[in-house]
Amino acid sequence: MNPMAANPPITNPPVATPFFFYLLAATMIIGGILVITRKNAIHSAMALITALLAQAGLYLMLYAPFVAGVQIILYAGGIMVLFLFVIMLINLERNMKERQFNKQWLVGIVAAAALGGLFITVYTTSTRGKELFPEGRVAYADGQNTQAIASLLFDRGAGQYMFAFEIASLLLLVAIIGAVVMAKKRI
Amino acid sequence: MNELMQYIQSYLGSDRTPGGAGNIFWATVYILLVFGGLSVAVIAMNWLERKILAHMQVRLGPMRVGPHGLLQPIADAIKLLLKEDIIPAEADKVIFWIAPFIVVLAAFTVFVVVPFGPTHAITDMNIGILFMLGVSSLSVLGIVTAGWASNSHYPLIGALRSSAQMVSYEVAMGLAVVSAIMMTSLGSLATGLYGAGNVDSQVSGTLSMIGIVQAQQAQGVWFVFKFFPLGLIAFGMFAIAMVAETNRAPFDLPEAESELTAGFHTEYSGFRWSLFFLAEYSAMIAVSSIAVTLWLGGWLRPFPSVHGPSIAIPHIWPPADPSAPTGALDFVLALCPGISFLLLGAMCFYNVQRMPKHPLFKVQTLGLAGFGAVLALIGLILFVPPVRDRVGDIFWFSAKVTGFMYLYIWYRGTFPRYRFDQLMKVGWKILLPTGLALLILTALFGMRADISTQFLGGLGQ
Amino acid sequence: MTDPNTLSPLDLETPDKTFLDANELVINMGPQHPATHGVLRVILRLDGEKVLGLECVIGYLHRGVEKIAENRTYTMFNPYVDRMDYVAAVSNGLGYCETVEKLLNVEAPPRAQYIRVILTELNRMASHQLWLGTHALDIGAITPLFYTFRDREEILKIFEKYCGARLTTHAFRIGGLQYEAYDGFEKEVKNFVNFVKPKIDEYEELLTTNRIWLERTKGVGVISGKDCIALGVTGPVLRASGVKWDIRKALPYANYKNFDFDIPVGQNGDTYDRYIVRMAEFRQSLRIIEQAVEGIPAGPVMAKVPKVMKPPVGEVYHSIEAPKGELGYFIVSDGSTQPYRVRVRPPSFVNLQALDVMCRGQLVADVIAVIGTLDIVLGEVDR
Repeated sequence: MNPMAANPPITNPPVATPFFFYLLAATMIIGGILVITRKNAIHSAMALITALLAQAGLYLMLYAPFVAGVQIILYAGGIMVLFLFVIMLINLERNMKERQFNKQWLVGIVAAAALGGLFITVYTTSTRGKELFPEGRVAYADGQNTQAIASLLFDRGAGQYMFAFEIASLLLLVAIIGAVVMAKKRI
Repeated sequence: MNELMQYIQSYLGSDRTPGGAGNIFWATVYILLVFGGLSVAVIAMNWLERKILAHMQVRLGPMRVGPHGLLQPIADAIKLLLKEDIIPAEADKVIFWIAPFIVVLAAFTVFVVVPFGPTHAITDMNIGILFMLGVSSLSVLGIVTAGWASNSHYPLIGALRSSAQMVSYEVAMGLAVVSAIMMTSLGSLATGLYGAGNVDSQVSGTLSMIGIVQAQQAQGVWFVFKFFPLGLIAFGMFAIAMVAETNRAPFDLPEAESELTAGFHTEYSGFRWSLFFLAEYSAMIAVSSIAVTLWLGGWLRPFPSVHGPSIAIPHIWPPADPSAPTGALDFVLALCPGISFLLLGAMCFYNVQRMPKHPLFKVQTLGLAGFGAVLALIGLILFVPPVRDRVGDIFWFSAKVTGFMYLYIWYRGTFPRYRFDQLMKVGWKILLPTGLALLILTALFGMRADISTQFLGGLGQ
Repeated sequence: MTDPNTLSPLDLETPDKTFLDANELVINMGPQHPATHGVLRVILRLDGEKVLGLECVIGYLHRGVEKIAENRTYTMFNPYVDRMDYVAAVSNGLGYCETVEKLLNVEAPPRAQYIRVILTELNRMASHQLWLGTHALDIGAITPLFYTFRDREEILKIFEKYCGARLTTHAFRIGGLQYEAYDGFEKEVKNFVNFVKPKIDEYEELLTTNRIWLERTKGVGVISGKDCIALGVTGPVLRASGVKWDIRKALPYANYKNFDFDIPVGQNGDTYDRYIVRMAEFRQSLRIIEQAVEGIPAGPVMAKVPKVMKPPVGEVYHSIEAPKGELGYFIVSDGSTQPYRVRVRPPSFVNLQALDVMCRGQLVADVIAVIGTLDIVLGEVDR
């Protein structure tokens, strides 16, 4: 029996998409705001974790389950653990008493609002903007996200990213060795 | 109302999981069943651990609370609920509250994709195994925050050590999992025994949990026996890494009582501690489910491709579903669920007869007899053909996971503890190279036919 | 190879930086700890995970036993010695009774000596069984504890039948024994020997070739023979470091000359060797018991000892091989019925000095293993 038959192309429409989209987007935005407004660094880190998990949910809604899984494993489960280790091991007493925002907060808000307005204008009014973000689902059938990424990476004909992939992994290896060498006390 | 009934009926007879079919009602039912079953399993695991460990140590374990200590876990749960909730001074209350929540969340969410049968899962994500590994790595976050929130040196050191250990062994787990996933891409008997697949062919590998078991079914062999001994070594590697991942003996230095640093859950008392305990046992069951699905054939019965001669017994066999196999071996193994529950009931009745004949023991004797009667009744129900045909998959899956639980308890009773640096040495210097070598060898074996057609002009097939 | 004469006491001021900034950390393993086998306080100076040095603070169980001895007659003091090393109480009694007998110049009759040897060797086995169970428990193997305690029960049953007490037995009297061996004593001891031989194989099967046990104990807590002799360490610790010294063979007492047994000796002086030496001592004790039970002579069990004991003025030192090492008694008599001074040389007290040397350079988790392998009893260390 073909393993692919376990996931035949989807025939039922997805359920309650707007509700889940707004829920996940709101979680992400609130998480992001909490990251920058909390004084306690650990609270900020936990808010960032929430935001990253919400982002994984958004990836799922875009029918990119592989990216969602990798987001959970790497970001929420790896990088945030690293953040937490660092926050816990350095002395943060002094930082907790600092002011959270400096005197230029008004200028910052105005600049962010202007940039956001610019983006929204470009997207909604100009035709070029609309071409950048086409509506609708990606063309893959439901079960093909992992296979498509694998094909892009590894396939003999279609794969264009093999070299970049290998170089990136070599870079990571150098980084690991460098970190170990720097952190050892004695050779 | 009629619409509701239609909605409910529309799912029955489907060949997909409720999540895959988009049926919210049945998905909720399955979620509740899995949640309830998991809670019962954790409670049973508590009792089993104390009894089995005690019997290994030449003693009896709990005997007083309920007949043979069967009500002991309930007494423990009540005690933990009634205990005073102590929060250390100057601990961060929000983080202190959140940490057990994260660990429990991670441990329970994993069960969304665990397959008890070809359609008996809450949903079947096509990144099933990736999802399970990812979400179970979120529990590291909970442990680190628990150690931090206790505001004391020793839990923090214990938490950091625990999380370092878990992260190290996730690497080894991942490598073992990848070599099992590679085996799923091998073709079925219809397309050539070891034909490699690519994205254009009919056959390709899959990360979905149900797909992995179906690949084993198509290839007619459990992956633990595939490419012998590679499958066995991968399974062994995962079995060791999963014990270290869940912080159980012999890798439980961060939470051992007789060591200097007392572990991340020192400052947690009462109900919060029981949440950690619940999460630990759920994580054990979750990683055992991964091992069972990937290597031991999931819900497949032993010898899935051997059927024996076809037999027919009126009103009892063959089953109503025309596509189900009808061999003699199928019939015998289909009786196993019922027989096992009858055996459990018989053990209860045997112990009833061994109870002391003293008036003070009357309630316990009656209780044990009632429990045995319930078990025997369940066994008899499992012989009824409609139930028997549906329950086989769930039974075999649960039986294999129970075997793993027994292994966990056995390890705890037998092995001394590894020291922390030896623990990390095993994870990085022994399991990691073995995993890499395994990966390469599995890939070589899988590509054997392809290589021979390419370079040797079609010598093997 | 450290020279014990140059070991300096610890510098105990706590650093004023946070604990993760400092290079050195002073940690206290308090008197109440699941793994220190009693009320022992160990102050560790650490560099990260490595132990730079440690200091033991003792005295939490001091009861003034030696001072009490100055106000009791020789016979009245006999029950007190059991309470020092409460695990091997019979050996304590043997040491004391033999020392006073040496002072009084009497010798216990042969029958009493044979029964004394049997009970002492049984007690050596019981003490080693307790040691094995607790040592394995500290390293993490939780099951051998139950097996050794189950088998130790048989020994304690024999003691109970003989003198009425399981642990603090007060089995011996000055000049011999008070109680004749009960009916069936020889038979029960023979049954016990046959019962326990496969059990020792069981303990070995669980631990001796277990890879985790080997990794936890090989190379941990090494002390050389020279250091042992310099510090005065005796017992299985000394023998595991390669020095073949056992008082039962070197300065025999209580007719150990009549028995044929070997002295197990280790090579490396690490925890694993101490484990092997003690496991071999189990089997040697069984050999001695078997030979003793075969040949118990008939005769009286008590020598002619005056009712009121007034030993002549003088001093005597006598030592025996207790399960933990050399247990010595130094008694000064001034001619009266009460001793002038009783000084006990407890093996655990002297062996505890070696803890510092053994733990330098080891990891913190090994300190627990080393305390266990030294086999100390705080009742004896503090008296």
